[in-house]
Amino acid sequence: MSEEKKELSAEDKARLKAQFDLPWRQELRKSMPAKDRTKIQRQKMPERPADVRNADFLEVNQGLSAQAAQLEAKRCLDCPNSPCVLGCPVSIDIPSFVKLIEKGEFEAAARKLKETNSLPAICGRVCPQESQCEAVCTMKRASGVSVAIGNLERFAADYERERGKVVMPRLSPATGRKVAVVGAGPAGLTVAGDLAKAGHQVTVFEALHTAGGVLVYGIPEFRLPKRILKAEVEYLRRLGVELRLNFVVGRTATMEDLKAQGYEAFFVASGAGLPNFMKIPGENLVGVYSANEYLTRVNLMKAYDFPNYDTPMLVGRKVAVIGGGNVAMDSVRNAKRLGAEWAAIIYRRSAQEMPARAEEIHHAEEEGIEFHYLQAPTKFIGDESGRVQAMECLKMELGEPDASGRRRPVPMKGSEYVKEVDLVVMAIGQSPNPLIGQTTPGLKMGKWGNVDVDWKTMATSIPGVWAGGDIVRGGATVILAMGDARLAAAQMDQHLKSLGKKQG
Amino acid sequence: MPKILRRERLVPNIHVLEVEAPEVAAKAQAGQFVMVMPDERGERIPLTIADWDRKAGSVTVVFMMVGTTSHKLAGLKAGDEIPVFVGPLGKPAEVGSYGSVLCAGGCFGIAAIHPIARAMKEAGNKVTVLIDVKASYLLYWEDKLRKVSDRFLVSARDPHFSSKEYVPHKVRSLLDGPDKPGRVVAIGCTYLMSSVSEATRAAGVRTMVALNPIMVDGTGMCGACRCTVGGKPKFACVDGPEFDGHAVDWGEVFFRRKSYVEDEMKSLCVWERGRLGPESVEEVPQGV
Repeated sequence: MSEEKKELSAEDKARLKAQFDLPWRQELRKSMPAKDRTKIQRQKMPERPADVRNADFLEVNQGLSAQAAQLEAKRCLDCPNSPCVLGCPVSIDIPSFVKLIEKGEFEAAARKLKETNSLPAICGRVCPQESQCEAVCTMKRASGVSVAIGNLERFAADYERERGKVVMPRLSPATGRKVAVVGAGPAGLTVAGDLAKAGHQVTVFEALHTAGGVLVYGIPEFRLPKRILKAEVEYLRRLGVELRLNFVVGRTATMEDLKAQGYEAFFVASGAGLPNFMKIPGENLVGVYSANEYLTRVNLMKAYDFPNYDTPMLVGRKVAVIGGGNVAMDSVRNAKRLGAEWAAIIYRRSAQEMPARAEEIHHAEEEGIEFHYLQAPTKFIGDESGRVQAMECLKMELGEPDASGRRRPVPMKGSEYVKEVDLVVMAIGQSPNPLIGQTTPGLKMGKWGNVDVDWKTMATSIPGVWAGGDIVRGGATVILAMGDARLAAAQMDQHLKSLGKKQG
Repeated sequence: MPKILRRERLVPNIHVLEVEAPEVAAKAQAGQFVMVMPDERGERIPLTIADWDRKAGSVTVVFMMVGTTSHKLAGLKAGDEIPVFVGPLGKPAEVGSYGSVLCAGGCFGIAAIHPIARAMKEAGNKVTVLIDVKASYLLYWEDKLRKVSDRFLVSARDPHFSSKEYVPHKVRSLLDGPDKPGRVVAIGCTYLMSSVSEATRAAGVRTMVALNPIMVDGTGMCGACRCTVGGKPKFACVDGPEFDGHAVDWGEVFFRRKSYVEDEMKSLCVWERGRLGPESVEEVPQGV
């Protein structure tokens, strides 16, 4: 996997230092002693009541008020070494935007964010901040509780979108160089934004009829309202990015074909669009969904509003979701909202090993989701019409740590039991989508079906082709995809600029 | 958005749709399909590509009216636009030199078998097209199919045609005949494809079928179209749609096709009431 970022680049360090030394920052630091800052309580994110929200699809988190955001921003010590920036996969100048919020310059804070992150309203909602920027926050060491960087990011971005004026950045002069981006998910949209700002002519090719990738088909409305994604995509359009929806690169045209049409650089970000299954008996019964299908029917196709929308979905009264990641949490909370009487997570390890974000687990618990640890299905049992009606599970105990460092679940002999269920969602991970690999001769693939890259540059085995996000990582996170994208975009920009300005 | 160039009723419940889609036309190969969504609230469904014109940039599909989506498609007229007509998807059909090839089609498969028969003929095979229809008035594209075949046969339970055998029986008698096919391809309803596969199993003639399970994205992302072939899990959209009919777990295909029958009826009732007025159709079924 990718190399951990150990140190910021010299440019990043200089950029941060210049901001840190600005007179207004110095004054703001002096305006309140650090001791007093540590005394401020972390501002709670307002949430809709659990028993109301678990019956609808409206957003759970309501966002900080301006007053709460400013108070929260005051908690930031504006420490000179700013470890949070190192904790961020896209190296956002976190102290600067937080201090702009403290000062009340919310729109300036949003612009500061957008210098390094083209999708702040999304990252503020779905990033695992607790294991990134907030994990290393100096305030966390000082008081035990980090600054709510993610909530502040969301606040600034929402403020700009809802109340402020979205200011377009200055674009570099047009280079006339054409860039093709494969996939309009978080990685693809990030590269598109960066390269459009650098003056290149960017086209994003998307297989589905809506841009956003996992942000539109995977992450539910109650966690990321689609209007936010729409606004971010609109912003990219205004930057001059062309979106070609309903275009499957590899099938509608291969990368070779696009090259012949004058595209000189490619970024492959076609995502982890291939759901994993356990390969156990009964997995193809009616009523056993992959999480991808289950979430796509609800989010992209709006099956929750059937028959006003035409796409149907099976609704379960007793729903088991297999897996312990964020996708599993999204699926099980969806099932509850669609009316399940019993909606449960079935996870083969214990709570400590569960990879989902703490916030998602907490929200799910509040909403009445059951958690069944240390067990895994061994088979699904169907009725005479082929619909799942029960599952057989095996109990586990934890053994020695495996390659991931987590303790390996070991089946307990003879512990099988049968549980009645009428809907099962398999949320045990995704593999990279096979289409690009199948249709691009010469593209070196890894052993998991992923596109192989040089992690320092995100370059693939084919000159002029870069890749990032889940197509190289398998199922990872939005922000890691965006981190790959920023790295690749810088390399692609360099490459395109080295070709010189295109004549005519 | 892709523009409809032509929409015609071929036989009472089967329509042809010709769509302006130059990129799909440029790449289309026999055996591939497109994902189609008739309007912004519609469902995405797979339709086999039945013909294309690379010069004119058009692609032709043929579909049977079953649920809401196909009813919506059947209401389109030239000049209308639809939000999704994406492709060509899936792996192209296996085409090689087999000597004599039997192409069997029924229902929408009468059209879907057309490009495969053509490709088989272009590859130098002697092509027999065998069409299954319930009655003579349900036959369409006879001229088109005659052009791409050396022998054109129809099996219909209708005195109009001499052969009253159902397709699998006819397949068996062809296997026993002088010009024994070295390869069979069958496209149509699940029953036709499974029964043709059964008919050729004993003779061991490789028989390819184009599975048409329920799909959502059509590019491998969702897994709705998963099936078991040779005991292994496969996705019809990226591993198929063409598979060895002798290796397909047909029972599973039948079950999975029927996943949403009640919802589909409910959706159709709602759509008909919206179009024809609340008095026009029976109550929308409750529950489900």
